[in-house]
Amino acid sequence: MKVSDVVEALGLQVAAGEAQLSREVLGGYCGDLLSDVMARAKPKDVWITIQGHQNIVAVAVLTEISGVIVCGNVEPEKDTLDRADREGIPILRTSMTAFGVAGRLAALL
Amino acid sequence: MKGVPRGPRVFSADLHVHTALSPCAETEMNPLNIVGLCLDYGIDLVAVTDHNTAGNVRAVMECARGTAVTVWPGMEVQTKEEVHLVVLGDNLEAVLKWEALITSRLPDIPNRPELFGEQLLFDKEGRVTGVFPRQLLNSVDLSVDEVRTQAERMGLICYPAHIDRPAYSYVSNLGFLPPPGDFDLVEVSAGTPLGEVKRRFPSLEGRGIVVSSDAHRLTDLGPARTRLLLARPILGEFAAAIAGRGGRNVEPVH
Repeated sequence: MKVSDVVEALGLQVAAGEAQLSREVLGGYCGDLLSDVMARAKPKDVWITIQGHQNIVAVAVLTEISGVIVCGNVEPEKDTLDRADREGIPILRTSMTAFGVAGRLAALL
Repeated sequence: MKGVPRGPRVFSADLHVHTALSPCAETEMNPLNIVGLCLDYGIDLVAVTDHNTAGNVRAVMECARGTAVTVWPGMEVQTKEEVHLVVLGDNLEAVLKWEALITSRLPDIPNRPELFGEQLLFDKEGRVTGVFPRQLLNSVDLSVDEVRTQAERMGLICYPAHIDRPAYSYVSNLGFLPPPGDFDLVEVSAGTPLGEVKRRFPSLEGRGIVVSSDAHRLTDLGPARTRLLLARPILGEFAAAIAGRGGRNVEPVH
């Protein structure tokens, strides 16, 4: 499955990193403590979070995840979106909660 | 000699102390007890930093007037990333202006005293004058970057609190610290040996470190864990100490 398939199935808004939607998705990880995500997320995961700080992009690059779903209608900061575009990390927004996103993503995978 | 500017001297400092206004602080954390214990422990400089409020700073400052203790008004702000930042001033007006900004961004959720404590307001004699009605242990609607830049704009000093803790810390919540230019100073908890902290967090290299008690109980207070070399206990001198200018310095006690 590709990031673009997840975007379509869950009706996500692509806020940044549009050029990288063909990345492969193998799993998912939920977390809002970035130290925890750095330690546990696996490459090709999609990361579900309510954090919108620009450090989420660095963590995404570091962990080699395929994209970040920022849920709960949180608006990532402008620095975050600019950096995500530069680094080629898809940032996907939704008004769904992390629970809702994770449930639907788990059913898809 | 008259007229000759005095050089810096050592101020024993504890720059992170709560009063009973903070959720989960014990009710004995009133101005009289805090100032009294600072005198007992030889602390020259104490900062009052309640969660998202400066409601008791005036009372503690007035209580310390005429004593050997200088009180800096401050606050421990909880950002929307749930990161705790210490914000300090050296005059009441600036910090009360800061408080107005924070109050406007604090969710209007009533306090539940059975869960978080009464959130007591005091006068300088330590008498209870009221309670803070909103729940203070909450995130304000400002990011870490917004809090830092707004505080700097208002002439205040801002730095991450207890970066070695697993909760409410910049490093645990946001993964790592921004470049030193954003935060030249960080706070480390009193309980953790400094050598261990430096090994665990190599990004502390090149930054100043303060060790503070983060006291919520009287028994958390003790001899100062930070020495400041300042000519006078004012914020401009603290800024010079953070930058290491003019013989001013911030020195954690090992």
